[in-house]
Amino acid sequence: MAGAALVKPAPFDYRAPASVEEALPLLGDDSTILAGGQSLVPLLNLRLARPELVVDINGIAELDYVREEGGVLRIGAMTRQAALERSELVRRRWPLLGKAIRLVGHPQIRTRGTVGGSVAHADPAAELPVALTALGARFHLRSPGGTRAVDASEFFLGPLYTVREADELLEEIEVPEQPDGAGSGFAEHARTHGDFATAGAAAAVAPGGPAAIVLLGAGPRPVRASAAEEALAGGAEPREAAALSAQDVDDEHRRALCTELARRAIEEAMAGVPRA
Amino acid sequence: MRINIEINGDSYEGDVEPRTLLSDFIRHVAGMTGTKVGCEQGVCGACTVQLDGEPVRSCLMLAVQANGRALRTVEGLAGDGGLHPLQRAFHEAHALQCGFCTPGFLMSMEAFLRDHPDAGEEELREALAGNLCRCTGYLGIIEAVEQAAREMRGD
Repeated sequence: MAGAALVKPAPFDYRAPASVEEALPLLGDDSTILAGGQSLVPLLNLRLARPELVVDINGIAELDYVREEGGVLRIGAMTRQAALERSELVRRRWPLLGKAIRLVGHPQIRTRGTVGGSVAHADPAAELPVALTALGARFHLRSPGGTRAVDASEFFLGPLYTVREADELLEEIEVPEQPDGAGSGFAEHARTHGDFATAGAAAAVAPGGPAAIVLLGAGPRPVRASAAEEALAGGAEPREAAALSAQDVDDEHRRALCTELARRAIEEAMAGVPRA
Repeated sequence: MRINIEINGDSYEGDVEPRTLLSDFIRHVAGMTGTKVGCEQGVCGACTVQLDGEPVRSCLMLAVQANGRALRTVEGLAGDGGLHPLQRAFHEAHALQCGFCTPGFLMSMEAFLRDHPDAGEEELREALAGNLCRCTGYLGIIEAVEQAAREMRGD
């Protein structure tokens, strides 16, 4: 077979389990989970990742769903980003996710890229972790030893680094019901469309109640802008609240971007909230 | 691993290592060199093909992942009646110079126009953002896709 030896990645063993049950025993320090592959395969091609075993979970149909249960949104980890983007349920009830997903890569990337992959990969410039943190999402993990759920605000530790252990599989993303009349906004700055963003902000604002403002690019993981959240809940104008959002960001350029993008996200969110 | 992939309606079988990329299977095992390989890290879009009708980066999939699936590449675009309207529009509107990026643009835009036949220029520019062209400056490409969209709508 001419040319069949042409390869880019370093060699690895490959398994494609058909169920979570089959996948779990394969996970560990020497294996890597292949979800949509839109971040992992570039790392394999560049040989920055050299796993001994690649566990391809694309054949696990039970992890592919978007449904509402008792007001809560449940997203299977292998749900394609394109499926989330097309979901009428998400657009109507969790519009912040709909706004963020359109900024993830390009359509060709979202065809393959998965919601769970984006969460587990934890790129500090990724949109979904930021939006999911603002929405108060919880991530459900399973290992041979059992299951646990981790709040988004505690899941991300640093660039490409989360609390997920090597033998754990991210199964589901759970997004709580948003209050009636809540508004949301997402704004980002990328040098070219579809590129990873330099900075961004997500805002979820409930009428007369708490606000969640989370920044992208303000640190090695999604950063909650607590001072801005408190100011907004206390009646501050979007511009005043935004000015408090990125005070801890050292880099002047990023601080300016985060502040401006927070203002845009907050204003977009407030525009969706009925006036008291 | 022994795999079988349908490309443009024909079946291609090959023995590949798990690490063989789909783009390399298409070019080197199936021998279809219309699909181009640029950055091999998902940025340039030159290797875009359609997997079960949806555009994907073939450099970001392993060939084994496409086992038993159906692909469409640029070779499958022209029908019995000659060039696809997109191909003809690219030719007429000077939407290519060296042509290396063209197959990726065509496979992305064919799927886009199928799903968004009435797309406006803003939407179209956004859809084009996943493919890079170093020659044309994109204006010819935008014009070509608009021309093809008009023709496919029957305007």
